[in-house]
Amino acid sequence: MKRIKRVFVANRGEIALRIVNACQELGLETVVGASEADRNGLAAREADRVVVIGPPPASESYLRDDLVVQAALGTRCDAIHPGYGFLSESPKLAGRARENGLIFIGPPPEVIELSGDKLRARDEAARAGVPVLPGKEIAPGDDARKAGNEIGYPLLVKAAGGGGGRGIKLARDPDELENLVSLARSEAGAAFGDDRVYLERFVANARHIEVQVAADEHGAVVHLGERDCSVQRRYQKVIEEAPAPDLDSSTRNALTAEAVAFANAVGYRNLGTVEFVLDVDTGEHFFLEINCRIQVEHPVTEAVTGRDLVKLQIHIANREPLNFTQSDVLFDGHAIECRLNAEDVARGFMPSPGTLSLFAVPENLHLRVDTALCAGATITPYYDSLMAKLIGHAEGRESAIDVLQEALEDLDVEGVETNRMLLLSVLGHDDFQRGAVTTDWLERAIV
Amino acid sequence: MPLSDDDVREILRIIDESDLAELQIDTEAFSLYVRKGGGDAEAPGRPRVRSVTERGNAGQASGGPEASAPATPAAASDGLATIPAPMLGTFYRAEAPGKPPFVEVGQRVEPDTIVCIIEVMKMMNSVTAGMAGTIVKVFPANAELVEYGQPLFEIEPA
Repeated sequence: MKRIKRVFVANRGEIALRIVNACQELGLETVVGASEADRNGLAAREADRVVVIGPPPASESYLRDDLVVQAALGTRCDAIHPGYGFLSESPKLAGRARENGLIFIGPPPEVIELSGDKLRARDEAARAGVPVLPGKEIAPGDDARKAGNEIGYPLLVKAAGGGGGRGIKLARDPDELENLVSLARSEAGAAFGDDRVYLERFVANARHIEVQVAADEHGAVVHLGERDCSVQRRYQKVIEEAPAPDLDSSTRNALTAEAVAFANAVGYRNLGTVEFVLDVDTGEHFFLEINCRIQVEHPVTEAVTGRDLVKLQIHIANREPLNFTQSDVLFDGHAIECRLNAEDVARGFMPSPGTLSLFAVPENLHLRVDTALCAGATITPYYDSLMAKLIGHAEGRESAIDVLQEALEDLDVEGVETNRMLLLSVLGHDDFQRGAVTTDWLERAIV
Repeated sequence: MPLSDDDVREILRIIDESDLAELQIDTEAFSLYVRKGGGDAEAPGRPRVRSVTERGNAGQASGGPEASAPATPAAASDGLATIPAPMLGTFYRAEAPGKPPFVEVGQRVEPDTIVCIIEVMKMMNSVTAGMAGTIVKVFPANAELVEYGQPLFEIEPA
């Protein structure tokens, strides 16, 4: 088995830079595959080499697994790190990499396929003894009304090929359900190439809690604690934290044990995140889905565990056994991450591309900033609007909030609209400061 | 049945003369997708990729050029122009090892003259000159990885 010496980074922005830096610390060479728009980006400049894989639109560059593999082979890389988004959960890229003798830094294609199939993942979870929400697949010709009545209203119509908040509809009564099922089926077919849909109970007052797991190639699985990502807008996470506030230890133990059981049951490999929904009214929790990539919010877990998750991914991809056990995973303090986005909150969160005439983040021992931007950089309209992740880590939650409030206030940014004021209003809100909020809170209380 | 250059040209000629905006053919032996004029999704002036791949013969570079990507030559200040790579891939000067290069320095080319092949995952994309002129210089070495937009040839416009 060859060892990784040169890594092809198939991503952009802050995560590409994050991967390049992790590789450098491990003494590995890096090649960044950038679109034409990113050829002068910080990740490209920090890497040993940059290869322009295509024009700016992601469909012609970052989403082309053929170009990514060709570029990795042509630059004599041994491995591909897909980051998050783009092709990170593409079984096609993972498969193509493997066929061409490249190590894909992530789970094998079979596992990625399973996690992309939300219905199958649900079944696997149930089989592993992990609670799932009452629900059912609705095949064409099935009696949706009957299934709907069994589950109760309101309920969610979900696409098997969806996930991450995509392909979800809320039905309040049987008539609406019938309409939504056929609509969801045609939309899912067009969007995901998979028209299977299923119903699931809707949890009105829910928290989103996810568990970080890591599995080596030799069967060892550990968890690295949970994250609370309940501050969301339209299923998009805005603020994440670890540990989850106000979580009783029996629920925490159940969540982490079930995440590990699920990972074991499906033969999971490398880093993954098992997502749960917590019903605040009943205290019950249910499996939602598994994400088989490094998550945007991974730094909060890194902060509280003191472990570098990107390096861990590379060690595992190198077939190294985990060099720690569950009892070695210790948690220290509280970490909160804010996603600073270039968007115009007042105009419906419209992306706000432009050139940064000023961009300076304050320095503080308790603050980590992940960004690939600096003054003079241009935020193009081609990709998502994430500018920077600000992570505050302190002894307690209150002081972590303080760190972030101070950082956001002292942040210098000019040239684009940002969601800074929104982040400050969340951090300063009584509800948030008191502890846990639910996934509908942000849109109800602030936006 | 391998698809010859002449077959591809004949198909393109038929489409050119028809009212079709795009065409997709899928058979056992090959699949072909062509779009006329670049369509509304593409910016004007961006290289168009016409792809023909032989399924039964994938993996062999000897099947001949199976796709065509007109490059968009860029003019330089000294009167010379360059032909940039319309896509990332492996640059091949000839149809197959041992065969003569598509073009040599000093050779006169027309806009539709095939100047090289760029391979992406066994898919052979032939690149045309995009303008008439004389080849002055070949930049990449044979079988080298070329990036999107990388200069391939220097050309003296006719």
